[in-house]
Amino acid sequence: MRILVLVLSALMTVTLSTTAQAFCGFYVAKADTDLFNRASQVVLVRDGDRTVLTMVNDFEGDAKDFAVVIPVPTFIEREQINVGDMAIIDHLDAYTSPRLVEYFDPDPCAIRREMFAFPQAMNRSDAAEEELMAAAKASGVVIEASYTVGEYDILILSAEQSDGLIDWLNDNGYRIPANADKVVGSYLKQDMRFFVAKVNVEAQKKSGYTNLRPLQVAFEHDRFMLPIRLGTLNAKGMQELYIYTLTRTGRVETTNYRTVKLPTNSEVPEFVQAEFGDFYRDMFAKQVEEQDNRAVFLEYAWDMAWCDPCAADPLSADELRQLGVFWVGGGDPRGRIAPSPAQDVFVTRLHVRYDAEHFPEDLIFQETGDRSNYQGRYVIRHPWKGESSCNTDEYQAQLLKRQEREAQTLANLTGWDIEDIRGKIPMVANATFVDETPWWKALWN
Amino acid sequence: MNSDVPQRILKAAADPRYYQIAVLGSLLIFGIGVLGFDVTWLHAVAIFATALAVQYLCTRLVAAGRFDPLSPLITSLSLTLLLRTDVLAVAAGAAAIAIASKFLVRFRSKHVFNPANAAIVVAILLSDRAWVSTGQWGSAAIGAFAFACLGFLVLTRAKRSETTIAFLAGYALLVFGRALWLGDPLSIPVHQLQNGALLLFAFFMISDPKTAPDAAIGRVLYGLLVAVVTYVVQFVFFEPGAPILALVMCAPLVPVIDACFVGRRYVWRLSLPRGAATPADVLYSMPQRRIP
Repeated sequence: MRILVLVLSALMTVTLSTTAQAFCGFYVAKADTDLFNRASQVVLVRDGDRTVLTMVNDFEGDAKDFAVVIPVPTFIEREQINVGDMAIIDHLDAYTSPRLVEYFDPDPCAIRREMFAFPQAMNRSDAAEEELMAAAKASGVVIEASYTVGEYDILILSAEQSDGLIDWLNDNGYRIPANADKVVGSYLKQDMRFFVAKVNVEAQKKSGYTNLRPLQVAFEHDRFMLPIRLGTLNAKGMQELYIYTLTRTGRVETTNYRTVKLPTNSEVPEFVQAEFGDFYRDMFAKQVEEQDNRAVFLEYAWDMAWCDPCAADPLSADELRQLGVFWVGGGDPRGRIAPSPAQDVFVTRLHVRYDAEHFPEDLIFQETGDRSNYQGRYVIRHPWKGESSCNTDEYQAQLLKRQEREAQTLANLTGWDIEDIRGKIPMVANATFVDETPWWKALWN
Repeated sequence: MNSDVPQRILKAAADPRYYQIAVLGSLLIFGIGVLGFDVTWLHAVAIFATALAVQYLCTRLVAAGRFDPLSPLITSLSLTLLLRTDVLAVAAGAAAIAIASKFLVRFRSKHVFNPANAAIVVAILLSDRAWVSTGQWGSAAIGAFAFACLGFLVLTRAKRSETTIAFLAGYALLVFGRALWLGDPLSIPVHQLQNGALLLFAFFMISDPKTAPDAAIGRVLYGLLVAVVTYVVQFVFFEPGAPILALVMCAPLVPVIDACFVGRRYVWRLSLPRGAATPADVLYSMPQRRIP
C-alpha cells in the first residue's frame, strides 16, 4: 500500500511539474492555429431552464470593425450581460484538450516501472461571426434596449419584418449578408430577439484591454440550442466550432445530429510528440469525412472535480462562477455543502465542423444522465534505451512489432502514408520486414 | 410430434412478432456494431432477464395464463434500442415497469400504455440518469430509407399500418408547414424527418396494434393526434424525446376513441394455443381478445 502511495505521489509531482510544460506546449502549438482557422468557441452553462452563454471573439483586426449579431430567445436586461475573462476560457480549453500521454518502457531486465504523463494542449483561433457594415434605412425595428457593457455597445432588437431589421442593421454599420433575409425572418417568427454588439472604441481605450473579451449573456428559456444558421450564410467553406458545456448531471449531446466520440487511447509512434497538432488536425479531418460531415464530435466529458492525466488543473470554483456556473459557491447551498473537489459540475467539450449543407438546422442539445468519463487521449511509448544486463532479443522483437502496429494505427487514424510513417521510426525504417500479409492476398491482384 | 413441425412453422410465420424481433434485433446489432451505441452487454442482459422474469411472474400471479416470451422480448429490444442509462438498476427497473404496466394498467381488458413507451417516460421522470438519444442514428438519407423499409415489412405483416402512416403524414405536414411559414429551406424539415429515432418510433412503437384504437378510423385519428402533440412538445415546449412523451400523453385517450369508433381487436395469430389468455404485447404485441 505504501509503495502505491509513493508511486501516486511521484506521478502527481511529475504531472504538476509538466503542467507548466503543457502550457508551453499550448503556445508552441500556436503554429497550428491555421489548422483550425475560423474557429469559434462557445461556453454554455445550463441547468433547468437557465443558460449562460459565453462567446469568444478571436477577432483579429481593427476593433471598430467588429460586430456580432446573435439571435436570443428572450429579452435581455443589462444585468444579464457581462464581459468575461479570456484567461478562464483558455484554461477551460487546456483542461479539456485532447492529450498526448507518454510512457517509458521499463528496463526489460528489471521489474521496476515508471510512468510519466504529460499533456499537450491544442489551440484554435478566430471567431467567424457575422459582423460587418453598410448603409441603408431603418424601418419597423424596435430597439428594446441599449447598453454599454465593458468595451461593447449592445442592442437588443426585435422587428416585425426581417427586411426592415436587415436594412436597419446595414444602416447602422452591421454588414449583414444579402441572403440573411430568410434566416432573420425565421428567427423573428420564432419570437427571438437579436442581440447585436459592436465595440465602443472609447470604452475600450478606457478599459485598457487591447483584445476583445468574451461576451456573456444569462437568460432563462426552455430552448437549449445554439443558433448557427446566420454564421453559415457568408461562410467560405466549413467552419470550426467548439462548444463547452457545464452542467450539473452529465454529458451533453446534440439531439438533432449524431454526437460521436473520437477514437481515443490509441498508441501512436514516438515522433507524434513533435507533430501532435498535425496529428490531431488530420485525425479530426478524417473522422469528419468518415461521418459524412454530419456529426458533432465529443472531445472530452468529465467530472470537473478531477482529471487523469491532467492537461491542466480543473477550474476553480471562482473561475466556474465567472463562466456562469451559478450553482457553484456563492448563494447556492448545494455548492457550499460539497467540499471543494466535488464541484457538481460536469464538463462536455464538443467539436463540430459545419456548413449550411450538412448542418441545415441549429444545434439543439440535451443534457443526458451519462456521467462516464471520456477524453481524447493518445499514447506514446518510449522504448527502453538504457543499459541492460540480460539478453534483450525478445524485447527488441516485441518492440519492432509494437512500433509497426503503432505505425499502422497512425496511418488508420490520420490517413498519412504508411511508408512515410515507417520512415520516421528508426527501428522500423531500418528493419527488414517480414511481410505478414497472407501470400494469397497478392495472388490475383 | 414431428408432424406438428410444419404447422408450428406456419403458425410462427403468421405471427408478425417474429419479424419484429428479427428487425429490432438487426437494428440493435447495426446500432451497436456500426453506430457505436453505448449499450453495454450487462445492461442488455439486465433488461432482457428482468422483462422475461416479470412477464413470467405476472402471468402466474395476475393473469393466470400461459407464459409468452415474445412480447417481453420485443419490449426488451425496444428498451435496449431507445433507453440510455449508465445505471444498471435504472435499466432493469425500466424493464420491470414496462412489463408490469401491461398487466396492471388496463382498461376493458386492454392495456393502456405501450410498455416500452411507458417505461422510458417513467425512467426519465424518476431518474436523472436516464435519457433517450434521439440523435444517435444520424440522418444519412440512405440509412433512414433502409430503416423505413425494414419497418414497413413488419407493418405489412401486422396489417395495421394506419397509425404509422397517419402519424408520419401528419408530422411531416406540420414540419413542412412550419418551414414554409418560417421561410426556412426545405432541407430543414427533411433533416427533421430523417431521424432514426422518429422512424423507429413510428414503425415500432406507435404502431403497436394492442394499444392503438380498434377501428381503422380511430387509428388514423390517433396517429394524427400523436403527430400534433409531438409537434407541440417539440416546437413549443422544446422538450427532447417529443414523440415518446406525446405517445404517453395520448394513450389514455384510446379508450375514448374506441368508445366512439368500434372495431375489431387485432389478433397476432389466427389460433392461439389453449390457455394463452395473456395479452401478449409490447410494441406490437398482439394477443388474443378476451371474450367476456
